[in-house]
Amino acid sequence: MAKGVWIVAEQRDGALRKISFELASTARKLADQMGAEVSAVLLGSGIEGLAAQLGKYGVDKVYVGDSPALEPYITEAHAAAAAKIIKENDPAIVLLGASVQGKDLSARLAGKLATGLATDCIDVKIADGKLLAIRPMYAGKCFGEVITSATPQMASLRPNVFAMAENAKAAAVTKFDPAIDAAQIKSKILEVQKDTSGKVDLTEANVIVTGGRGMKGPEGFQILEELAEVLKGCVGASRAAVDAGWRLQKDQVGQTGKVVSPNLYIACGVSGAIQHLAGMSSSKYIVAINKDAEAPIFAKADYGVVDDLFKVVPELTGACKKLVG
Amino acid sequence: MNIIACVKQVPDTEAQIKVKADGSGIEDGQIKWVMNPYDEYGVEEALRLKEKNGGEVTIVSVGPARAMETVRTALAMGADKGVHVSDPALDNADAFVTASALAAVIKGMPYDIIFCGQRAIDDDSGQVGPMLAELLGIPQLTLVTKLEYAGTSVKVIRPIEGAQLSIETSLPCVVTAQKGLNEPRYASLPGIMKAKKKPVDVKNAAALGIATESKTKVAKTIPPPARPPGKIICGDDPAQKAAEVARLLREEAKVI
Repeated sequence: MAKGVWIVAEQRDGALRKISFELASTARKLADQMGAEVSAVLLGSGIEGLAAQLGKYGVDKVYVGDSPALEPYITEAHAAAAAKIIKENDPAIVLLGASVQGKDLSARLAGKLATGLATDCIDVKIADGKLLAIRPMYAGKCFGEVITSATPQMASLRPNVFAMAENAKAAAVTKFDPAIDAAQIKSKILEVQKDTSGKVDLTEANVIVTGGRGMKGPEGFQILEELAEVLKGCVGASRAAVDAGWRLQKDQVGQTGKVVSPNLYIACGVSGAIQHLAGMSSSKYIVAINKDAEAPIFAKADYGVVDDLFKVVPELTGACKKLVG
Repeated sequence: MNIIACVKQVPDTEAQIKVKADGSGIEDGQIKWVMNPYDEYGVEEALRLKEKNGGEVTIVSVGPARAMETVRTALAMGADKGVHVSDPALDNADAFVTASALAAVIKGMPYDIIFCGQRAIDDDSGQVGPMLAELLGIPQLTLVTKLEYAGTSVKVIRPIEGAQLSIETSLPCVVTAQKGLNEPRYASLPGIMKAKKKPVDVKNAAALGIATESKTKVAKTIPPPARPPGKIICGDDPAQKAAEVARLLREEAKVI
């Protein structure tokens, strides 16, 4: 019978990503409710040394697939390796991150395992011995409670939502042969162009300062960059601002952009079209700054300022600077 | 080239989504249905490839009877023919069943490249493209914002957190389209007239020989949690209001 809670850890350039610890901590919680063990799949090249870090967050066993073919991440290679070790061990639950890589891998893996997957979950629990996964649909206009009848029950977890909790375990390492057939790998990474700004992705940011149509132009975003800098956050944009060519597509928050849930979301000159609200309503705290008191964004805001953002934002940057030092 | 674009009909992004009182789904009476925006990028890219390299674009959709409108929209944009998998048994199809239906249709035809949207904006799963690739045993390139075709392979750009990857894959493959790939065209009036005469093959699940039982089900649909009412910071002085917001964020919300 299928048992155990598994995670597929995510590493990049030889370092575990934060989502891996969120996965480990969440898996530990579920496993404790089921009286089961937590196992992690760790794939890459020369990455065995990372296993101990997973132990710190409650992983009992780490299955390490180490091969040059697993670095950098290629869907076909990682899916084949993960499917092999998962099939051999028959876990009840498999969790991955809903990061770009995790979404790519989890769907392929669910296909290989012919099972069900709940994508981008914001909560997971055990109900009647089964995984109950809660996830936004329609970009958060409603939520679904998803149950998978096949095994393993798979879910990908939204980054930045699940708490990390230290809970030291042995993290016994088992190496396995990922048995990758080079002829089956049809994709090749030609180039990695790193974003040199040093900013994290919107989906992983703790603070997002977003500008909308009210920014009036690309140069208006400079004051948002300054506020984001002080708060160690990222700058986002509404669809209107992206479609106008003021900001890059990767900055777009909303139903046809990124769905984000930072601790703090500051919306400046954003009216709050339903498709934008869908993408940011699950933020923990929302501040809205807009001249128009009737703007729908105020209905979602914890703190609202009805005023000219070009006057308020620089003052807010100054006030925050004083507080955070 | 034989190019396939998979499309799904979804509620418009402006649609208000109301959850049924018994939690069994959403009220769909008032909804305006459109082609999934990410699928539009796939259809557009398929048409551009055909225009440059010759060939045929086939649209495949799984959905209820109304989804035929979306197939016709893609034909009006310029695609050549369509396959519409329509069966009440597929009304609650999850990603695996949908991908199985698409794979069963596509297996029977020649294909070099298959486009899907990176996700549908209704269930937001983003699983169908990769699962389809898996069922066909071909590579997948997800979240693609740029594509160059080179005969037996494609080179694409795919953004990841904090970087952009340039990836090359041999054909055939599945490409899932992300916003930024192109600017989809509108269907022209002559295009709409022509689309009415283009062939669309309607198939049911039995004709495809697929299992229709989903691996996942949405046991309950719930409205988003209500947010507590917020505070409007009053006053005439922007500096004072800004200082008050900063204080609240520090002392009350404790997020800075």
